[in-house]
Amino acid sequence: MPTAVNKDVTAAGFFGEYGGQFVPEQLKPVLAELEAAFEKYRNDSEFINEYNYYLSHFSGRETPLYLCSNLTEKLGGAKIYLKREDLNHLGAHKVNNTIGQILLAKRMGKKRIIAETGAGQHGVATAATAALMGMECTIYMGEVDIERQKLNVFRMQMMGAKVVAATSGQRTLKEAVDEALAELVQSSEDTFYLLGSAVGPHPYPTIVREFQHVISKEAKRQILELEDRLPDCCLACVGGGSNAIGMFADFIEEEGVRLIGVEPSGRGLEYGQHAATLSLGEPGVMHGFNSYMLKDENGDPAEVYSISAGLDYPSVGPEHAFLKDKGRAEYAYISDKEAMDAFFALSRSEGIIPAIESSHALAHAMKIAPEMEKDQILIVCLSGRGDKDVAQIEQMVAAGEIVVPKL
Amino acid sequence: MTSLTTRINTAVQAGRKAIIPFLTAGFPTKNDFFTHLEELDSNGADIIEIGVPFSDPAADGPVVEAASLKALEQGVTLQWIVEELTKRKGQYQAELVLMGYINPFYQYGFEKFAKDAADAGVSGLIVPDLPLDESGEFKKILKQHGIALISLIGLNTPKKRMQEYADNAEGYVYVVSYMGTTGAAVAFPPELKKTLTEAREVFNIPLALGFGIKEPKQLEPFGDAIDAVVFGSALITDIEEKGTAVPFMERWK
Repeated sequence: MPTAVNKDVTAAGFFGEYGGQFVPEQLKPVLAELEAAFEKYRNDSEFINEYNYYLSHFSGRETPLYLCSNLTEKLGGAKIYLKREDLNHLGAHKVNNTIGQILLAKRMGKKRIIAETGAGQHGVATAATAALMGMECTIYMGEVDIERQKLNVFRMQMMGAKVVAATSGQRTLKEAVDEALAELVQSSEDTFYLLGSAVGPHPYPTIVREFQHVISKEAKRQILELEDRLPDCCLACVGGGSNAIGMFADFIEEEGVRLIGVEPSGRGLEYGQHAATLSLGEPGVMHGFNSYMLKDENGDPAEVYSISAGLDYPSVGPEHAFLKDKGRAEYAYISDKEAMDAFFALSRSEGIIPAIESSHALAHAMKIAPEMEKDQILIVCLSGRGDKDVAQIEQMVAAGEIVVPKL
Repeated sequence: MTSLTTRINTAVQAGRKAIIPFLTAGFPTKNDFFTHLEELDSNGADIIEIGVPFSDPAADGPVVEAASLKALEQGVTLQWIVEELTKRKGQYQAELVLMGYINPFYQYGFEKFAKDAADAGVSGLIVPDLPLDESGEFKKILKQHGIALISLIGLNTPKKRMQEYADNAEGYVYVVSYMGTTGAAVAFPPELKKTLTEAREVFNIPLALGFGIKEPKQLEPFGDAIDAVVFGSALITDIEEKGTAVPFMERWK
């Protein structure tokens, strides 16, 4: 397989052959400035204290590690723990990263935050954090997503953000990223691009991992306190891969812990019906980095689909591509239907309504738990709460597209 | 010295700027594209940049992006472009350069692409999302097949960085006139003169200015600081209006 990668040390920011900076030359100095600031502050105690302060007092961390006793008993296998990222302020893990990046932007002297959003979760977290920290904020969002996620658009606007429609191509997340990158080239002097997932050109995947690794840092300490041992397996859903890389980060060095990323296989494994990038894609370059990618036979990004708007992206964080090739992490897929069954199962058995994204990880956990011993332990990253999905599900149930399972 | 360099030098020696129009392949239709290509060729183009359509063109503004999407809808692919150019090899006086994003070339296979493109008469390649550090392997393969990978530099490219590019630069240097995507209606920023001066000191191949160029008058302030001019969005808009590339080319005579 030919690669575009110059494998020598001058090519910074690669995870094996994945990652890199496949961007116009004008973005290189912008990314270099970002990298220099990140390297300066990531170990700066004052910066870390401020980051931790907002994680605790703004977002309500630490989040619980919760044993699903009812579900565990029902399945009759391994213990299922949830890392409750849904209990963060704004209802998802996204805020861990927006706090970190906006604190970084302030130190870089930037006045304005721009961000892309698909379903709107990262946009809402960005708008909220920008409001908190007194930054001007513009969110790019595909025209189709704006229509589908009207309430999130309104939420962002209430917190003072300007929402700009991306009107080209498929008019979804992919185009929103294009618009944000184009705007960054134009206005980098006063503008900071806050990328929401573990994707994009270097150093973004590393920055997002750094600010999301609090998930596994807490989970590791919590499971040792609760069970006095490490888990057998950690699971997380993978769209771009930010909650998954956060859930994996501190367990990567623990060889005995299986790491499973769960992708959406949507309606089926045919082209255009899923967004299972690592499972079904091939290496390719888009949005400034090399990773696994879903593409057509000419190398254009494929059309992707998932019931969950937060997972339908035709590429994936480059570190996941690297972990897959190295054999350190496994990547499985879960269909729309399996995810919805898990959604209802958790709601009914534990009184927790999960995001449809996170329901993919849970569904896979429910598949493997019964085959495991009762003293084995699974941790599922419950990356977001499902309140945002309730209206969509209500409509789908009414239209007969989803059947609420009888328990 | 590559044929691209020679072509621009010849124009400069004749006391003019080399003219480099850009047109998206398969725009507005597969057939009409070749009519317009011939119009460009017989109306003063020294080099023609042919755009390889891509769905997410990071460096392009709305006009080229729309042309790209229109071409993709009609099934224009890199393979089609290479095949059609191969059939017409030797028909054009102008040198041909392909401009596109990295993934379609990657998908085609670097080695196979370089060979096929050389056989099709392509002498240069512009890949906006392949900066120096990421270009190593592909650049080497292209060079083996006599295809120049054109360097792009911007207003925020430091002189030291230009020097890194200059060490292996071929063909010409594409100087991007402002910070942004193609086809914006902006005045050239004051830093452009400094960038051109530094680029002239660093590179020993011709300098082409592109992005936002519509008419010769815009080039007057730069005198001999540039050797060639690239225009794309304005040309595409004019072709859409008039159905022919000839009037736009007349402006440059």
